[in-house]
Amino acid sequence: MRDVAVIGIGCTTFGEKWSSSFRDLFVEAGALALEDARLSGEKIDAMYVGNMSAGRFIEQEHIGALIADYAGMATRHIPSTRVEAACASGGLAFRQAVIAVASGMEDIVVAAGVEKMTDVEPGASTDTLTGAADREWEGFVGATFPGLYAMIATDYMHRYPLTREQLAQVAVKNHYNGARNPIAQFQQEITIDTVLKSTMVAEPLRLFDCSPITDGAAAVIVAPLTRAREFTDTPVKVLASAQASDTITLHDRRDISTLDATVAAGQRAFRMAKLAHKDIDMVEVHDCFSIAEICAIEDLGFCRKGEAGKFTADGETALDGKIPVNTSGGLKACGHPVGATGIKQVCEIVQQLRNEAGKRQIDGARIGMTHNVGGTGGTVAVHILGRA
Amino acid sequence: MVGIITYGVYIPRYRIKVEEIARVWGANASDISGGLGVFEKSVPDLDEDTATIAVEAARNALNRRHVNPDEIGAVYVGSESHPYAVKPTACTVGEAIGATPNMTAADYEFACKAGTAAIQTCMGLVKSRMITYGLAIGSDIAQGAPSDALEYTAAAGGAAFLIGRDDPIATIHHTCSYTTDTPDFWRREGQDYPRHGGRFTGDPGYFRHVEGAARLLFDQVGTTPKDYDHAVFHQPNAKFPQKVAKNLGFKPEQIKSGLVVPLLGNTYSAASPIGLAAILDTAKAGERILVVSFGSGAGSDAFDIEVTDAIASDKFRHNAAPTVEQLLEKPIYLDYARYAKHKGKIVMQT
Repeated sequence: MRDVAVIGIGCTTFGEKWSSSFRDLFVEAGALALEDARLSGEKIDAMYVGNMSAGRFIEQEHIGALIADYAGMATRHIPSTRVEAACASGGLAFRQAVIAVASGMEDIVVAAGVEKMTDVEPGASTDTLTGAADREWEGFVGATFPGLYAMIATDYMHRYPLTREQLAQVAVKNHYNGARNPIAQFQQEITIDTVLKSTMVAEPLRLFDCSPITDGAAAVIVAPLTRAREFTDTPVKVLASAQASDTITLHDRRDISTLDATVAAGQRAFRMAKLAHKDIDMVEVHDCFSIAEICAIEDLGFCRKGEAGKFTADGETALDGKIPVNTSGGLKACGHPVGATGIKQVCEIVQQLRNEAGKRQIDGARIGMTHNVGGTGGTVAVHILGRA
Repeated sequence: MVGIITYGVYIPRYRIKVEEIARVWGANASDISGGLGVFEKSVPDLDEDTATIAVEAARNALNRRHVNPDEIGAVYVGSESHPYAVKPTACTVGEAIGATPNMTAADYEFACKAGTAAIQTCMGLVKSRMITYGLAIGSDIAQGAPSDALEYTAAAGGAAFLIGRDDPIATIHHTCSYTTDTPDFWRREGQDYPRHGGRFTGDPGYFRHVEGAARLLFDQVGTTPKDYDHAVFHQPNAKFPQKVAKNLGFKPEQIKSGLVVPLLGNTYSAASPIGLAAILDTAKAGERILVVSFGSGAGSDAFDIEVTDAIASDKFRHNAAPTVEQLLEKPIYLDYARYAKHKGKIVMQT
């Protein structure tokens, strides 16, 4: 297997992008990534694009061909593949691109993610997202994603010492980081009070515990590590790429407060990279809801089960903490265009490793991790990236 | 010079508080009031509709200044709640004020800006000397679906402006419009309630068009915000006009007199016209007013208006009709059940 490096990244701003269509978004992100890698489009051998539900959000399927076409690559007939794993679509697209290069089948490969979510009403987007759960056993009986994660939160708070204020601190910390990220949907800081006084969505989760509906796209370009310096002075090596699955329904899990797929993917990634937790300088986790970040940092092993609330409240996940979590602002503040999120996480870690993260830069960052979840944990992708 | 010869307003006596609506739907009233800057809204009586409200407003206008009804050559009523899909409200109004039959009439619909579109039409007919006077009315019993965000603000009211040449109480120096095809809010034939694109109604809808029309007018007239004593912007809630005023460079004092939405609600086609009327209620000769309406779909009409000496002359009897402030006094509060009855939300056996 060949070593793989990220040689270029590009990301649109995230938000309610009324004046940008689906294709505007991925063309912009792709162009930014090509520019970053000082590449022209004819060097691209293949593309993988993460997208959850263009079919329902914009009534467009066949996304692989659409993207190749609008990226100007259809006339070269390159392979272009859509990857779908709900909110983990981006993470899996990145993994497919890495595998394609590692295998020797392709050299220069784009991994992109895109979602245009604001063309439909909020009720319709909530229902579309419910498709990431089991429609027959969960969706049809009324469960929504806020509802499912509220069940996780309720179970967790019943069993472990997590206070409402500690849970709110996840959002406060992520908004603090988002306020330092020029692409973030929400760039204002908030207080614990902001979270506790916001509208109740699904007990105990309030509005500010939830990631928003977002338009956005992100793209990265991967190449064999041996060729990386043809394109960039600051290549970032893919140290591990892991993926795991679990039951799609929450109620079939061994333990609904532990995402076993996160545990499995995390362990595989650490083994593959031959690294330990102390080696990781920062991690982008999938905080679709505040409780998801609490579970993620435990399930990845950055603190013990039941201790993430205190760990967060003690500032250990802040920019200057023991393990900075979601320096980008996470899904909460950066926004969550579902198919793009997994790629945006890679972009953030690459920026950190290149020392290009501005006011949210982690000094001396050498190794970072991404954690991307589909649904309530039916799919998880974990990647470890390091300075090459 | 074309201008406003007289004006009149009508607002039903009934009100419902935002907290009463929130109580029924289990919503947080202070969040809603705080977010919208609206605390209560007007509700029509059982037998009030867009036509009766338009007639009341027209009569209030003519009470202030008598003109020969035969000289009113046009009546236009702007509304998104005309009682008939086919059969003009404007004919009912024309008949009620004695202006029929030698007049032209039509109903207008352009979401919340049909009333100002009527003013523009009358200006054109007056300027071209096709008519002596034209009556332009914005009147609505606004619809908002139960529990929808619109229900907290959708109100009832009307304002009528008689447009003419001779001795106006306020001269309209200029008007211009900013119009695009933007689907931010709509109601199809046969549907009871409008639908909307949530926050899409904000930046791409309201703010783009209101700011666009205002800046177009500043360019064409050569004015800046500080040239105006007062400004009124379409007021679907209190936050939007306050924000757009700030974006354009107006001070809060400049929009204070015309900001009637907190205790009135959004009267749709009547919203910016009632705001203009509230300003005229206290304005002095020489004061300059900017009016910018907004209608979803979407467009804005901007007006550069200057109050004349005639507003204080004997010919204009301001006290002969109630002011906006007087119309907002002594409300009769309804609970949700009676409100539902007034608004026809309870379907009676037929």
